[in-house]
Amino acid sequence: MAEILSQTQTASDAPGDTLKTIRSGLTRRHARERRFRAYGIAAICAALGAVLILFSMILAKGIPAFTQASLTLDVFFDPAVIEVDPRPEPQPGQSPADYQKARLDWERQVTLVNWNRILEAAIRQAAPDMEVDTRQALSIVETSERFVLRDRFVENPALLGQTVKVDLLASANVDNWLKGNIDRSLPDSQQQLSAPARALADRLLENGTIRFAFATQIFTNVDSRSAPASAGLAGAFMGSLYMMLVVIVLAVPLGVGSAVYLEEFAPKNRFTDLIEVNINNLAAVPSIVFGLLGAAVFINYFRLPLSAPLVGGLVLTLMTLPTIIIATRSALRAVPPSLRQAALGLGASRMQTVFHHVLPVTYPGILTATIIGVAQALGETAPLLLIGMNAFVAAVPATPLDQSTALPVQIYLWQGNENRNFFEARTSAAIIVLLGLMITLNALAIYLRTRLERRT
Amino acid sequence: MNSLIVATLLLILIGFAYQVGWSRSRQVAPAGGRLHSRPNYHGARVAIWALVPALLILGLWAFFSDAASRAFVMAQLPSDVRAMGGSELAQALSRIEQIATGFGVVGEPAPYESAAGQALREFRNLAFALVVAAAAGTGALGLYLARRRIAPRLRARDEVERVVRYLLIACSVVAILTTIGIVASLLTEALRFFTFVSPIDFFFGTVWNPRFSTVGAGTGEYGLLPLLWGTVMIASIAMLVSLPIGLMTAVYLTQYARPNIRNAVKPVVEVLAGIPTIVYGFFALVTVGPFLAGIGDLVGLDIRATSALTAGIVMGIMIIPFISSLSDDIIRQVPRAMRDGSLGLGATQSETIRRVILPAALPGIVGAFLLAVSRAIGETMIVVLAAGNSPYLRLNPGEPVSTVTVTIVNQLTGDTDFASPQSLVAFALGLTLFLMTLILNVVALFIVRRYREQYE
Repeated sequence: MAEILSQTQTASDAPGDTLKTIRSGLTRRHARERRFRAYGIAAICAALGAVLILFSMILAKGIPAFTQASLTLDVFFDPAVIEVDPRPEPQPGQSPADYQKARLDWERQVTLVNWNRILEAAIRQAAPDMEVDTRQALSIVETSERFVLRDRFVENPALLGQTVKVDLLASANVDNWLKGNIDRSLPDSQQQLSAPARALADRLLENGTIRFAFATQIFTNVDSRSAPASAGLAGAFMGSLYMMLVVIVLAVPLGVGSAVYLEEFAPKNRFTDLIEVNINNLAAVPSIVFGLLGAAVFINYFRLPLSAPLVGGLVLTLMTLPTIIIATRSALRAVPPSLRQAALGLGASRMQTVFHHVLPVTYPGILTATIIGVAQALGETAPLLLIGMNAFVAAVPATPLDQSTALPVQIYLWQGNENRNFFEARTSAAIIVLLGLMITLNALAIYLRTRLERRT
Repeated sequence: MNSLIVATLLLILIGFAYQVGWSRSRQVAPAGGRLHSRPNYHGARVAIWALVPALLILGLWAFFSDAASRAFVMAQLPSDVRAMGGSELAQALSRIEQIATGFGVVGEPAPYESAAGQALREFRNLAFALVVAAAAGTGALGLYLARRRIAPRLRARDEVERVVRYLLIACSVVAILTTIGIVASLLTEALRFFTFVSPIDFFFGTVWNPRFSTVGAGTGEYGLLPLLWGTVMIASIAMLVSLPIGLMTAVYLTQYARPNIRNAVKPVVEVLAGIPTIVYGFFALVTVGPFLAGIGDLVGLDIRATSALTAGIVMGIMIIPFISSLSDDIIRQVPRAMRDGSLGLGATQSETIRRVILPAALPGIVGAFLLAVSRAIGETMIVVLAAGNSPYLRLNPGEPVSTVTVTIVNQLTGDTDFASPQSLVAFALGLTLFLMTLILNVVALFIVRRYREQYE
């Protein structure tokens, strides 16, 4: 505007020139206006582009991981190889400890059976004309699959001497090779699979023994280091689920209670001011500091177990609490005072006013805040690393006190795996699962909010 | 099992007490007259009186039961077994424990073992029965005393509401306790660290080389400056990326965009805020890093795949929605009259924005900026994955760096040995981080609040 003023002043003596000056100035100013607008559009495009690139990268990398090479083999449970006693059954009068010992002894025998020989025979039978040695034949199948055979036998010893169709996972290297993730022109020295094994894999795909099937083991299996193709998210998923349960059970009542007190009852004094400032600051404390708190207080002082979802849940609760408190307070503040005045005027106590009339109006807001807080906690990684949740745990946790990991931590562990070719896809698949859960939660929040708000 | 019984009994106790209080208050209600409190408050009051003492007894038992049964078993053991000590004693105790639970042990138990196991089982059953009886007894006593006081004039509602009020206050105190916990744990552990390394060496040292804890205590150098420099560099790059994009997005969406475009673009940009940081880290590692390295090759610059630049750019993308939605709110708070006045004087829209709206919104934008900086320096997973973890003082952003948060993760991951300076330094770093973010947050919140008051 200073420009406009100065232009009009200098041109004031010659009225004919004024218009000209303004015209020329206008072109410049309009050009600047267009440029400014273009900057704005460019900024929006950059932001939208970032979203687009991020999602397309993850989908492109992750979706192939949801199908996986698997073999269907005719497995002969050869009695010449499987030489074990009959399975012990619980005897009357036998103490559970004795039965367990006998059972474990038997299972040890079964484990010592050379299951690889049975697998090898089945693979050779699927492609009889291929010349491969034992190692090459076995490199087709994931190392965990001999235990699948063992477990089937332990479950049903009557399989001895029978031929059964069994679905087995191909190894991660075979999966990579057949999906074309590996450059086929690389020399032998740079290939994970030997040349005969690669030819065998191609042949098995051709004759239909190997198929690409939906990778259910991503959802049903636990993590595995020795058998990457069978690594799954089940343990991490349960760990995350337990943590979210702890967060919901603790953070919602504490957060809502705290918000109700501060907004409706607290007298205005130094103490409540302190709480208020304190909550606003807690909301902005870096999450890793909460991890340090968990390590020092819950693990080191209270001696709670390392890697337990309970501890993770407690840390995440403390982290989510400010979010829920702040959201609930703003929901309470949005309730019209007339509602309170009406209730108080009819003789309700303040407690009755709040719990019978004010709080129910805010349920949609509290619900949304809870879901958003839980979604935020679900994706948090850094504090969990400090309380040992990055341990390798190959079991689904049965209780919140068992060792476990969590979905985002599993992503962290997988992206660091040496088998980059295979695990980049697997990590992206895990990210898709995590993002899918978070998007579902947020969509649920939006849906519930609109639905509940319409009703009230 | 036992806890299930206890929970059932407690529920029955509560229900019964509530019923007693409720019906008693109806009985004492004078015909035609009125009670001070409605019967459900009388019921709740009696239930509280019955529940609190019972819970107190059960809580005490939960706290002391392990010590008590251990002392009991020790008293049962022959003196030679007791004298064994160490792992043998622990093994004997666990065998006795197994006998007591009825699981049994492998082989014949020694006579003293079965005797002790038997005795332990009886002791436990007796103790459990006693505790439950005591809890029920005190509960019944509380119930009786509370029932006796029921009268038409009894202010049962006030009593119940007082209890609820205390519960609400307890909820609010959790947030304070969290802050106290953070400060106390960081301070005590950091002070322990400063007994190994002088604060001057820590805060002003230029070499970060902590060595491994197995080498011996006190060795290694703990200079904060390389880490701080990495943090500052990455945060600056992030702000250079996010401030222009975020601010221009907010300006365009508030000033230029039609409502339907705004409603479509704003949520999509805000999706970026909900994505877990581990996903950004993976994105940086797999896509952005190699891309930047490729560009560097093209123009002849040496940019590493994991570098300050990679981490900074991706962190900038993460912070865009933070800046854009905060600035959006702030720009919309600028009074419309100011904008209309400027447009009315003939300024173009971009001139109005640059010379009127942005200066008016400046304090708020500065506040948002500081909050964003505080997020950037506390961010962990992106830098853990993409910054390269190399703690040296380097000026070139294309080189790998390390930050305060990365080092906390590296020094403390899964470590519970809190005696060596190698792990304690994490708390000194955490304290530094906490103080930095605290100051930024306090200043930012102060500015934002002042700004709000200015226009409200």
